[in-house]
Amino acid sequence: MTESLIHFHPQGKLVALVGNPNCGKTALFNRLTGGKQHVANYAGVTVERKEGKLNLDNNKTLRVLDLPGTYSLYPRTPDERVTCDVLRGVARGEKKPDQLVCVIDATNLRMSLRFVLAVKRTGIPTIVALNMVDEAKGRGIEIDVSALSKELGLEVVPTVAIARDGDKLLKQSLNKVISKDTSSSALSTNAALGEDAIASSTSHEPEHQLQQIESDHARVQSILQKLGLDEIVFHTGSDRLDSFLLHPVIGPIVLVLILFTVFQAMFTWSTYPMDLIKDLNEFFKNEIINSFSPGWMTSLIVDGVLSGAMGVITFLPQILILFLFILILEESGYLPRAAYLLDRLMGSVGLSGRSFIPLLSSFACAIPGIMAMRTIPNMRDRYVTMLIAPLMTCSARLPVYSLLISAFIPQKTIAGYFELQGLVMFALYIAGIVAALFVAWMLKVLTRSGRQVRPLMMELPRYRWPNPWNVFIGLVQRAVIFIKRVGGNILLLTILIWFLASFPFPIEGQTLQIENTFAGILGGYLSVILGSIGFNWQICISLIPGMVAREVAVSALGTVYSLGAIGEDGISSALAPIISQQWSIATALSLLTWFVFAPQCLSTLAVLKRESGGWRIPLISVTYLFGLAYIFSFIIYRLASYYFQ
Amino acid sequence: MLTLDLAIANQKYRIAQLNSKLDSAVEQERMRQLFELGFIKGESVILLRRTMPGSDPMVVRVGTSTFALRKAEAQTIGVEMDPT
Repeated sequence: MTESLIHFHPQGKLVALVGNPNCGKTALFNRLTGGKQHVANYAGVTVERKEGKLNLDNNKTLRVLDLPGTYSLYPRTPDERVTCDVLRGVARGEKKPDQLVCVIDATNLRMSLRFVLAVKRTGIPTIVALNMVDEAKGRGIEIDVSALSKELGLEVVPTVAIARDGDKLLKQSLNKVISKDTSSSALSTNAALGEDAIASSTSHEPEHQLQQIESDHARVQSILQKLGLDEIVFHTGSDRLDSFLLHPVIGPIVLVLILFTVFQAMFTWSTYPMDLIKDLNEFFKNEIINSFSPGWMTSLIVDGVLSGAMGVITFLPQILILFLFILILEESGYLPRAAYLLDRLMGSVGLSGRSFIPLLSSFACAIPGIMAMRTIPNMRDRYVTMLIAPLMTCSARLPVYSLLISAFIPQKTIAGYFELQGLVMFALYIAGIVAALFVAWMLKVLTRSGRQVRPLMMELPRYRWPNPWNVFIGLVQRAVIFIKRVGGNILLLTILIWFLASFPFPIEGQTLQIENTFAGILGGYLSVILGSIGFNWQICISLIPGMVAREVAVSALGTVYSLGAIGEDGISSALAPIISQQWSIATALSLLTWFVFAPQCLSTLAVLKRESGGWRIPLISVTYLFGLAYIFSFIIYRLASYYFQ
Repeated sequence: MLTLDLAIANQKYRIAQLNSKLDSAVEQERMRQLFELGFIKGESVILLRRTMPGSDPMVVRVGTSTFALRKAEAQTIGVEMDPT
């Protein structure tokens, strides 16, 4: 994606934002570029390089690159590697930046300034953006900007990334710098110097590197002393909050309550918008059926597109509610605390708390989750986390769960507060988590590397009120990604399934028997194997496109069943009542179980291959998930058949 | 030498040295990482809480930043009482 952007405006100068994690760099990037990027308060969430455009005076345009946050220019994680590669000008598809903006946290100069000194040594022209000056002022930290600028030998501009016009001064400076024609000879010598600075830092001379950090530290101390800022000011509010949220007893209780609230909200809040979308969909279907003569074209639109792809859109509200909570938790700074609370649990299965964030993201979708694993420094931890991530219930499985739960689980309130349907959903999520922990534990026991102690060293940023604008941007992005998927792959697959389920098309006067179509034949073969776990041929048909994207299984079922219904009485009805009549509860439970483990979609496999650098991890992943899915569905099916007889 | 994991909670200390055997690659890496985060000789450090069972992990403030550290990591950080 980055490369195609370069292609569109390659002539503009390239400005890169660098900084420590949690310095508000991404928020500033949003502010500068008008913002189409995910922002969060967790160390290392900015994994992908993101680019935007900044319009300056005189119709000039700057390309702005948001580099992953890093504590130093010694690459350790793949994340930091990206940043270092770009600064050295060796990143693929990316030229060396013409200008750097080093974003620093005004409330945490001790750490930020060390980084500034390292960045300065790259030789690339640098402006320092002194971010969060408002917060610093609120805590009584007054920074003399011009004195700091003189000490660093770099231009320093104060910014407030979360306020409108908080980037005004930075824009002005960029304007000035870019319009000034830097003499190319000066640039190239600087660049050569920078090459050396980073090259030597990546060489294996531990003594030299440590000395460098120590001397930088001493330099920062003296600068802070000169500016009268060497007094350490704490954020007492965060500490007070932590005494509750990190409490050994209260902390975990709060964490469980938060997670439980999220899942309850996903069900109760989404009822109204979901019904609205469903009603609209039905309305359009009836309109089309009433105004056009029946034929394969009408069938394609009603049974293929509307029943299938539009049916998946129904689940958008639930996905957005889940993301709303994740974004708020990220922005507020709570997520690393949750990782801290869960570190012992994760440690007992051979992982660290660092695996928590990628795994939590995997509840939304395994793909961003797996990409976030670049922030896990330990290779083994990264591989294990990759293997168990698909067991986290991704939002694509929600449509399947929702459908089956609404069809088979009665709407009841238990103990005056809990909804039975919500409880079952919660149980399914827990089942995935328990399975993931079990797999990780097995890997810990079976491999020698699993028993070593690994570093944690995770920053706990201070708490912050989530910025509504940043949360909003994040949500809009999720919605767009989801709708694009529905409009692209999912639509194509739905049409493919419709084709399989409609052809050979019956001649005039004959009704369509879905058993005679391609899909019926294919499903028949599969059901011979999967019949042992209670799957009928309709389910088997839907599993095939489900491999490409899980939520398509629902639309495929919709297509298969509504076609069957039209063949019988010409009315397409909602899916849930049909399956609740036609399937046994054992079959439904077996299918639910299948989807807890269900082999991941092809895009997850593609990401696994890319992120692990080979076919080994995706192959292991597919094999063991298929195995587990079959074994557990078999057990559940047999038990349920016996119990509900 | 007193190490950070044994320090009194909420008491101000200064980092005296990082006890690390530089011959082991793992130790070397850990020390460099601690260094980069600001665990540098002379820096002020406070053990904020070791409330988790077995004091692992613990919450530590170095300079103006707060980190969650493993016990094994805190054990490599030698500290002394801050005279001020």
